[in-house]
Amino acid sequence: MNKLLGLLLTFLMSFVVNAQVDSKKLRIGVEGAYPPFSQMGADGKLVGFDIDIANAICKEMKADCTLVTQDFDGMIPGLLAKKIDAVIASMSITEERKRSVDFSEKYYQTPGRFVAKADSKLEVTTEGLKGKRIGVQRTSIHDRFASASFPKSEIVRYGKQDDVFLDMTAGRLDGAVVDSIAAAQGFLKTAGGRGYGFIGPVFNDPKFFGVGAGIAVRKSDTELRDQLSAAIKAIRSNGAYKKIQDKYFDFDVYTDGAAAIAPSKKK
Amino acid sequence: MNVDAIIESMPLYFNGVLTTIKLLATALLVGLVFALPLGILRASPNLWIARPVWCFTYVIRGTPMLVQLFLVYYGLAQFEWMRESALWPWFRSAWFCAALAFAINTCAYTTEMLAGSIKATNAGELEAARSMGMSRATVLRRILLPSALRRALPAYSNEAIMMLHGTSLASIVTLMDLTGAAREMNSRFYLPFEAFLTAGAFYLALTFVLVSAFHLVEKRFLSHLRAR
Amino acid sequence: MLHGFMPTILNGMVITLAVAMASLCIALAFGLAGASAKLSKSRGLQRLAATYTTLIRGVPDLVLMLLIFYGGQTMINQVAPKLGYDQLIDINPFLAGVLTIGFIFGAYLTETFRGAMMAIPTGQREAGIAYGMSKPQVFLRITLPQMVRFALPGFQNNWLVLVKSTALVSVIGLDDMMFRAGLAAGASREPFVFYTVAAILYLAITTVSIILLRGLETRFSIGVKMAKL
Repeated sequence: MNKLLGLLLTFLMSFVVNAQVDSKKLRIGVEGAYPPFSQMGADGKLVGFDIDIANAICKEMKADCTLVTQDFDGMIPGLLAKKIDAVIASMSITEERKRSVDFSEKYYQTPGRFVAKADSKLEVTTEGLKGKRIGVQRTSIHDRFASASFPKSEIVRYGKQDDVFLDMTAGRLDGAVVDSIAAAQGFLKTAGGRGYGFIGPVFNDPKFFGVGAGIAVRKSDTELRDQLSAAIKAIRSNGAYKKIQDKYFDFDVYTDGAAAIAPSKKK
Repeated sequence: MNVDAIIESMPLYFNGVLTTIKLLATALLVGLVFALPLGILRASPNLWIARPVWCFTYVIRGTPMLVQLFLVYYGLAQFEWMRESALWPWFRSAWFCAALAFAINTCAYTTEMLAGSIKATNAGELEAARSMGMSRATVLRRILLPSALRRALPAYSNEAIMMLHGTSLASIVTLMDLTGAAREMNSRFYLPFEAFLTAGAFYLALTFVLVSAFHLVEKRFLSHLRAR
Repeated sequence: MLHGFMPTILNGMVITLAVAMASLCIALAFGLAGASAKLSKSRGLQRLAATYTTLIRGVPDLVLMLLIFYGGQTMINQVAPKLGYDQLIDINPFLAGVLTIGFIFGAYLTETFRGAMMAIPTGQREAGIAYGMSKPQVFLRITLPQMVRFALPGFQNNWLVLVKSTALVSVIGLDDMMFRAGLAAGASREPFVFYTVAAILYLAITTVSIILLRGLETRFSIGVKMAKL
């Protein structure tokens, strides 16, 4: 019996990894359902802007990285619980998040937009969206922004951005607050996004939208934060960043991706 | 333990409990109403009648409820004809989809339960009833169903509790049930332990209420089977 | 039609099966321990086991999973340093899923095993001890082999529910079959197709399980006279 118990314990312990707190070993949280930044290809491999940036940064830091896929609302809890060491998932640097975690320098910056049926004639104001159903990704900046700006609408929260788009084409949503590029390339350009478009103004209030997307780390990991910032700077100057950017976008995504997005269909 | 955050989120949880109870009651009621005729058909000695029902219950019982929920909620919306049909206003609502998926699921389990209970009825009782000159419908109504339903009661109370737990999936299709409330609290405060522990306590309380309610019902309807 | 997603989903099926098997091992350990505790003479152990089964059966799997996945790690991080263990103990999604499902189904198996243990006449155990066997020997040579037969029907039921429960690990980010079907559904905008594929594969797993377990039941019932009407 004791032998059995011992065997079972060894078996169990073999799963528990003693993760050394070692800057060379990094577990990075990524999303996998947020095209074109992060998505899973048909072969099960992760692809996208965030993924390439993560790999470039790891190469720069000579770190041994593992990418961990997770829903967006699990990122900060996962980081705090030490399930992952850094988040590269298009997470905007906001004051609210800075209370819980720390950020590297930004690695890109794009504003949010309101997406709806192009002929819906919706007015993107508190009154204009009264009683409408607006989809957002749970805990995203767009969630916070929509909850605060459209209190008279019903805010519907999803785990994955793809699910917002699925329900939009299903006609369950009147609109969605989404990152402009995620909407343009992940939805409007696809077959499912036909007939939809941007409506209303560009959202970039720093209070909600922060100062660009950064890499989130735990507050105690200042050394890692500085290493990540340095790595971003390094890939910006050695051309690795530009190579990745050109693979996905035909504009400068670092300073302001919005400028290059096709202008909204004005009515 | 951050008690302030829990207290602040209480309204969220109370609304969640209401949603959970409404979903559960609807699913159980609709499931039971359809399971009664299906259970009788499933217990039929005629294989041409029993087999199709078996197919339905086998497929539903052999796949996770999460898949069934996704098929009803996301799956059906894929089709243009569905989105243009007269049924769409119903299927547009996440609440309806969740209640429907749960009802189909519990219907399959309840059907099997009833069929088993009907088949286990003492043949002598039925023969006696027939020899008293009762028609088949009367036998069904007076003898078979009352005793079969009674004997299925303990198993059904288990099914009701499983269904209560099953309703937690509703949070995955955007509904703000009890689990949805906990996820919302977690995403607001980043306090997973507090959020899910509170939800767990609520579910535990609901389970106890259900168990006691079924105890009362069993006492009323199964009193002849009690040991004395 | 499947946009080349089929190999990915089949790979996910391997993960689903691995999660199910590993959880089963843990559930078996918890179930045996729980059943022994419930049947032991110690009041404390009985209460502990009773609390375990009541709590688990009163709270939904999904809530327990979220609690252990997010909350459990936070707790370990707080407790481990106090026990003088400085190194970070990491629970990856696979382990979290397996531990949670194993822990939950341990409670269900506790009841199954308790019934099976009670079905073995006490006289047989007493006879074993009278022959000079130690308690573990009695368990391994007399109780366990016969328990298997009594426990199999209940076990089959528990296993089928367990397999279906593994679909929930997709919610905490483990990339099992369900997770991959979901990603494929989102990427292709054809949810019906991919969730149907997932449903068929789950049905295949449950069907094969039923056939295998039926064979096992016949095997372990050799030498037992069947009651015939």
